[in-house]
Amino acid sequence: MRLIKNRIGHDGSGSVTLIPDEPEDMWHAYNLIVPGDLLFATAVRRVTTTAATGSTSSSRIRLTLEIRVKTLDFDPQNSQLHVSGQIMNETPYTTIGQHHTLDLELNRQFTLEKKEGPDGEGSVWDSVAVEALKEAVDEGGNRKAEAIAVIMQEGLAHICFIGQFRTVLRQKVEMSVPKKRIGGDHDKIMAKFFKTTLDTLLRHMEFNTSATSMSNNDPVRPVLLASPGFVAAAFQKHIQTVAITTPALKRLLPSIIVVHSASGYTHSLTEVLQSQTVKTLLSNTKNARETKLMDDFHDQLRKETNKATYGPREVEYAVDQGAVGRGGGVLIISNELFRAQDVAERKRWVSLVDRVRDIEGGDVRVLSSEHESGKRLAGLGGIAALLTFPIDDDLESDNE
Amino acid sequence: MSRHRVKAISYDDDEYDEYDDGYDSQDPQERDLLEQCTREVLSQLTAGDPSVSATRDEVQEALWHYYNDVEKSVNYLRGKTTKVEKKKQGSPPPDSAAKAKGRTVPVYPLPPTTGSSQRAHFSAAELFLDSPWLNVPAHRKADILVEPLYPRLGLLGGAPESSGGKMSKLAALAAARKKEGGKATAPSAAAGDDTVQPSRGESKDAPLSLRERLANSGKQTKSSEGSPSPHGSGRGYRSGQSLPQKKSSPETSPQNLPAVTKADEPAKSEHIDEKGMEPATVNIRASPSTFAVTMVGDNTRPKMTEPSHLYTNTLDLIKIYGQDLAEPFDFAGPSPDDVVLNAQNSAKGLKSKQPASKPQGEKKDQANLAGDLSSLRVTEKVHVKSKNLDVLSEYKKSKRKNAMNFVVIGHVDAGKSTLMGRLLADQNAVDKRTLDKYRREAEKIGKGSFALAWVLDQDSEERARGVTIDIATSKFETENTVFTIVDSPGHRDFIPNMIAGASQADFAVLVIDSSIGNYESGLKGQTKEHALLVRSMGVQRIIVAVNKMDTVQWDKGRFEEIEQQVSAFLTTAGFQAKNISFVPCSGVRGDNISRRSEDENVSWYEGLTLVEELEATKPYSHALEKPLRMTIGDVFRSSIQNPLSISGRIDAGSLQIGDHILTMPSSETATIRSLEVDDEPSDWAVAGQNVVLNLANIDPVHLRSGDVVCHASAPIPNTASFSCKVLAFDHLLPSMVDIHRGRLHVPGRISRLVATLDKGSGTVLKKKPKIVPPGAVARVVVEMDHAVPLEAPARIVLRAGGDTIAAGLLE
Repeated sequence: MRLIKNRIGHDGSGSVTLIPDEPEDMWHAYNLIVPGDLLFATAVRRVTTTAATGSTSSSRIRLTLEIRVKTLDFDPQNSQLHVSGQIMNETPYTTIGQHHTLDLELNRQFTLEKKEGPDGEGSVWDSVAVEALKEAVDEGGNRKAEAIAVIMQEGLAHICFIGQFRTVLRQKVEMSVPKKRIGGDHDKIMAKFFKTTLDTLLRHMEFNTSATSMSNNDPVRPVLLASPGFVAAAFQKHIQTVAITTPALKRLLPSIIVVHSASGYTHSLTEVLQSQTVKTLLSNTKNARETKLMDDFHDQLRKETNKATYGPREVEYAVDQGAVGRGGGVLIISNELFRAQDVAERKRWVSLVDRVRDIEGGDVRVLSSEHESGKRLAGLGGIAALLTFPIDDDLESDNE
Repeated sequence: MSRHRVKAISYDDDEYDEYDDGYDSQDPQERDLLEQCTREVLSQLTAGDPSVSATRDEVQEALWHYYNDVEKSVNYLRGKTTKVEKKKQGSPPPDSAAKAKGRTVPVYPLPPTTGSSQRAHFSAAELFLDSPWLNVPAHRKADILVEPLYPRLGLLGGAPESSGGKMSKLAALAAARKKEGGKATAPSAAAGDDTVQPSRGESKDAPLSLRERLANSGKQTKSSEGSPSPHGSGRGYRSGQSLPQKKSSPETSPQNLPAVTKADEPAKSEHIDEKGMEPATVNIRASPSTFAVTMVGDNTRPKMTEPSHLYTNTLDLIKIYGQDLAEPFDFAGPSPDDVVLNAQNSAKGLKSKQPASKPQGEKKDQANLAGDLSSLRVTEKVHVKSKNLDVLSEYKKSKRKNAMNFVVIGHVDAGKSTLMGRLLADQNAVDKRTLDKYRREAEKIGKGSFALAWVLDQDSEERARGVTIDIATSKFETENTVFTIVDSPGHRDFIPNMIAGASQADFAVLVIDSSIGNYESGLKGQTKEHALLVRSMGVQRIIVAVNKMDTVQWDKGRFEEIEQQVSAFLTTAGFQAKNISFVPCSGVRGDNISRRSEDENVSWYEGLTLVEELEATKPYSHALEKPLRMTIGDVFRSSIQNPLSISGRIDAGSLQIGDHILTMPSSETATIRSLEVDDEPSDWAVAGQNVVLNLANIDPVHLRSGDVVCHASAPIPNTASFSCKVLAFDHLLPSMVDIHRGRLHVPGRISRLVATLDKGSGTVLKKKPKIVPPGAVARVVVEMDHAVPLEAPARIVLRAGGDTIAAGLLE
């Protein structure tokens, strides 16, 4: 995402102009835009005109619209963001108050304005939003660390794209494989399963297997094959066999890494990301850091149950007690909470984050809800905390 | 070989040659036969009641059409005469109109006529006979024709039935529709029917035999080509015509010839009835003129829905081009569109029962026809007749041996598969030759000690790696019990498979590697986990086989040490002391398995051998009376006859051949075509038995291992969220888990920790715990992304990250 203009004032109101230039930027935009914001972007609107004779004609017209955001709809598979709301500016074709759904497009700039209204509606550029903006604008430039993971078990494969900010399940391959038996066709079906999986994988990678692509020097992203038992190794062997007849596939071979996972389901991705080989490969990604954080949290909860807590009310209680402060207090929060449709809800979490960071002096980590670690966190209520001293929150929960 | 091939290629040409040759000439034998038949027909006609007279030519023509079938010819002639009589009273015959209009017909070739096909009455063919421009030599016409490719496909797909092919699904559907239509019209048809009633048998059999004959004549042609016989030419001509006939559907009529074809098609008369016309109108129709015959081929010729030149011979060029012009249009009949529709409706459904042509005068018994239709079933569904057995009483009657399943568990490389291989070999469940073969092959890849394990490790991957991956079942019999071994993998990655195995077991055999170091690592590893798992899956009795005792020189001290430690652990795991027994043994050498060890070091052991211990196990009762539940263990293709089979153990209830079962979660029904109990065909099966069900009427995509089979009367519910009481093996907190129940393995998550419970009484100790410590009993709520068939009191296992974190009972 490129930042074109930044006009955020000291009071937090103001606007930014951004150009998304890769699909993941849509995810960032999704996190930046909250209901109540003003969004300027070009739109294509179908305009119907009625002639004097009563005949109607409709045409599609490109125009710049400003809308007040009402709802957001993010399609994670295709990285598309649809923002709907009411039109705020007058154009020759539209009137104020009409509804429109803007589809944000790659390489087309949009301006996002946040401003608190007189009666408290809308939100400003709070600390979380500014943080998200920084992350989105990518000043570090180390974005490209991403990998493809194929998590398999017999008859089941999940093809996931691991990005820096999110993990997307691109395709699930499922096939009924008969169990071993004398004279059965277990091996035959497995070969078929591998073939289907490989075809699917290549299609999603947009990997060119034609002979002309041999000279293509595009870097190939790492491909992690994970499975319990020998399925992943057998799949690697299958790819090697296919590469003999399809030379273009040879480019892929060096980037394949076989790792162990407990099952073929996506939640095994945690184990994949924890494995040593993958850690060295993706050490710098946010994903690996987040996974580590969640593991630490689980360990803490096991060792000293009262020095960690989870769940919205419990964490708020712990913060009130001052347990999430200097010296190891960490607030782990999923960015899903900031996307709440209710502005008050968002403010509740933003103020909690600000309080921990600025007043208590604790550490705040915002986890991407689209990562495996974020999903683990979501299971815990989207929020958890490592505490500096043990607190007993039993009484609190019993009072409910 | 090459000769045959050449012949096959030139087949079409030969046919035409014979066609040309044999057209005018009849060989003497044929003529003699004809004479003989003619006499017989005439005598029968005059003798019959009412007595009918017919000319010789008529008779001969009829005979020609019916291939010298005297009976049919008589019927035909009689019917025709009756009709002609009626016609005299009725409207003028359409033939005259045809004749009048026929003159305006553009130039079309006429068929060369034969002596035998002369018509007694005036016909259009005769009218055109002398038109020189029509007499195009046959060989010239033949050149522009394309012989059809055999076998021809039906309009609705599938091979034509006459050539013994299979109907397409579409055709079958059409037939079923037609059948329904036939039922509806049957009563009205029967009411208006008062003329000659042919006997049921005849009306059914005659057309069939005709078809057979058509088919036969086709075959004879082929054979006669190889060796030209005196019959060759005469036969050749006929088969030249009959060949295309048998390829095409007899019932379908050319849609553009309504008037003519209707007259000689009883099926058509039925459609006319449908249109509300009186049957009499039908009956007064003339038999087809030669002209009509020319155009349609002849009246034995099947009427094709599509008048494609591909299927016709020279004569039918007329059919391709505007033949409607040659015919007066009889508005009394159904419109061409109706005819097409009717023909399409009837095309497939009537084909098998309807004759190519019926004697026109003889009215088909409509009720009879409807009856035939209703009995005609052409559906893709396989119908398996249920014997409606009372399975439970059958079960009580049957004097079967006790049947028991046991699962073999233990740490990886404890020697489970080898021990079981030895057991099977000793019990003669594996023949020696097979064993020797395994031994040779195992030695070849340098894994001689794995030979016994190969009895159960059938998979190439398992053999190559020397590790059991999936469960394998095998059975052996002792004097009064049939044992089914479920050999499970020990490796931690394959615990899901082991869970599947354990869910089928009545009791367990825990194999422990007694050798130094391995025992200790096993105790830390899967020995414990497996034991806990089988216990939490409801297994009560456990036999501990202390294996590889030969490697520690049958050290009594070692055995006792292991016995003490393991029994202590098993007791804490929840096994009762009386249900635990220990056997020192050696799988590789076979000591204390089926026979006592002869090694003097073992003299201290006084207890039972492994087999004796197995036999000492009391049989278990199963829930026979409960609704059917069977978890599918495997979906596979067992043979060509049974392309779709499922295997598994019946958890509860009973089933029999012909049962309609419901598979969950897909909620699809299937029919049990046949079933096997312990590899023996059977008519029924009850809970506790290992069965293979061969299914029909279901698509394999609806079946997955882990699905549950039940009866539609008492289906198992699909659930996406359940509450369960679990024993925690590890810290529990809301997290992602794998849920296992037998073969069922689905992802899910613990969404809430409801409470921790007291182990003994089950009272709530603490509500909404933050975390459940290992060893505690807790009530948790588990959610899944997709609904799966689960019902209380199912035993489930929750795993995460390759470890079993909890096991318990659904509530």
